[in-house]
Amino acid sequence: MNTATIMLNNTNPLTISPRLAKNVGRNVKERIIEFILMLAALSATFTTFAIVAILLYESLGFFKAVSLVEFFTGTEWTPLFEDAHYGIMPLVAGTLTTSAVALLVAVPIGTIAAIYLSEFASHKVREIIKPILELLVGVPTVVFGFFALLFVTPLLQKFYPDLSGFNMLSAGIVMGVMIIPYIASVAEDAMRAVPMSMREGSYAMGATRFQTALRVVTPAAVSGIVAAYILAISRAVGETMVVAVAAGQQPNLTFNPVDSAATITAYIVQVAMGDLPHGSIGYQSIFAAGLVLFVITLTLNIIGQIVRKKYREQY
Amino acid sequence: MASAPMQASVLKNLTEVRAMIRRHKRNDIIFAVIGLVALMIGLITLVTLFIDLVAKGYPRFNAQFFMDFPSRRAGSAGLLSAWVGSLLVMVVTFLTAVPMGVAAGLYLEEYAAKNWFSDLIEINVSNLAGVPSIIYGLLALGLFVYGLDLGQSILTAGLTLGLLILPIVIVSTRESIRAIPVAIREAAYAVGATKWQVVKDHVVKYSQGGILTGVIIGMSRAIGETAPIITIGALTFIAFLPPSPITDTAPFINFEWLSSGFTVLPIQMFNWLSRPDHAFHINAAATGAIIIVVTLLMNGLAIYLRYKIRKNIKW
Repeated sequence: MNTATIMLNNTNPLTISPRLAKNVGRNVKERIIEFILMLAALSATFTTFAIVAILLYESLGFFKAVSLVEFFTGTEWTPLFEDAHYGIMPLVAGTLTTSAVALLVAVPIGTIAAIYLSEFASHKVREIIKPILELLVGVPTVVFGFFALLFVTPLLQKFYPDLSGFNMLSAGIVMGVMIIPYIASVAEDAMRAVPMSMREGSYAMGATRFQTALRVVTPAAVSGIVAAYILAISRAVGETMVVAVAAGQQPNLTFNPVDSAATITAYIVQVAMGDLPHGSIGYQSIFAAGLVLFVITLTLNIIGQIVRKKYREQY
Repeated sequence: MASAPMQASVLKNLTEVRAMIRRHKRNDIIFAVIGLVALMIGLITLVTLFIDLVAKGYPRFNAQFFMDFPSRRAGSAGLLSAWVGSLLVMVVTFLTAVPMGVAAGLYLEEYAAKNWFSDLIEINVSNLAGVPSIIYGLLALGLFVYGLDLGQSILTAGLTLGLLILPIVIVSTRESIRAIPVAIREAAYAVGATKWQVVKDHVVKYSQGGILTGVIIGMSRAIGETAPIITIGALTFIAFLPPSPITDTAPFINFEWLSSGFTVLPIQMFNWLSRPDHAFHINAAATGAIIIVVTLLMNGLAIYLRYKIRKNIKW
């Protein structure tokens, strides 16, 4: 009995022919597979949710004992001492100073490198340099910490003998060199997105490559370049190992780069290396510090992505 | 015909104009040189760093270094527990990140409709890529070590690093899937394949190279990560190896090693670096050189693979 005969003889519209009936099992299998894949995709959302939940939960315990006012305006951070103070300003000062030094190094060099790569470099140079920049990104940060502590600091001490062994200057400089590839690649992408016709118009007026880069391409790509800077700031603020190794681990409320100080990240590392009982105020203090760090980097990342999206839509 | 006063003024303008053009061309060349220098700064730093590590770590480059446990005497301290720990943690990281990441990438590219749900997942993935690694450490400390009571073990470390590189795997999976032309999928659908058959037999097969590249880059990042592992509380003086996964009684594989204490290469380097005794800095330098070589080899392999795959694309 073939399908046509069954259909003609069948007055009940709800039965399926034997050939199509095989597909029911197949559809169930497809649905199950799709569900499993969706669960995997949800893992990203789950991770974000878990991070926020853990940080908030432990910080809540912390803020039961410490007032918000003292946390944000206090000038001493000594949670592990007998006479404990919980002002986060010293850690924030350390983070801001090291990041500022890093950006002072990375922004000019990264922007110039990006302009060179997109406007001056030949195709061959670009093919060689871009993988090298990617390799630079791949070097582990603890190795950069070693470099800052045992090479850059002695080098700087030759010029400025009063420099202490742990200081924010060498940590900042090495962090800056680490961040150059981030700025260079995002800014270069932004500049390459500028239409060729704008450049050609400028060349047609007799401008040199430098003039075109400065007066035509850069202003057109400015929102992408700013997005690169914002992402670089976020990277600098979140950096841990370079500052933990080279800038020291003593919280110190100072904005002078030649001093040693602890950043938020270095403090978390220092405490985690020690022995803190689960649930003690010292243990909870790292989650409070981590919450501040997370909020700062999240805000910067979101702003950076919004700015970046804005430039993509223009062309 | 220009009159005499007009000819004189045209001549004067001409010299001025020629001087201006010469000046602009000179500026152009100066900037090209500066740009090249800016590009080279990153490369020069990398080379200086590597030479410094090799020069300082030279005394410890022998086979014994790899087979010794850490000890209080710098001369006999070695990397055995560190590289074995790194290897085991990498196995768990791979098994965590790759299935979840590839599945998530497949879902986002093939199955997800363009609605708020998939937008939410995409926003989460790109935010997670920008979260500082130490926050992952805090998540692991609160959730894995204490919340799920997995302890300070290889399993915890592997899960943490797996979550850390998950965004990298997802993004590279999506990009390699996007590179496949729609025609291939449509041809498969046209002969009656289901969605899963298309994905399994065509999409995954063609995007394997790109996915592999992304996985290698992610793993090389995971090998060098220090901050999350410190936060979990990896003990730094480990003078034992985790229990071997392969035993000589049935059933020949055991999982005790998952819950064992451990250390990894970058942590060992950090530990030696933090000691004031200069002799340990030699060990740290040697470890740093080894870590860089491994990381650069992996990144180089990934870049080479990506280049070869792009050349071999047959469609």
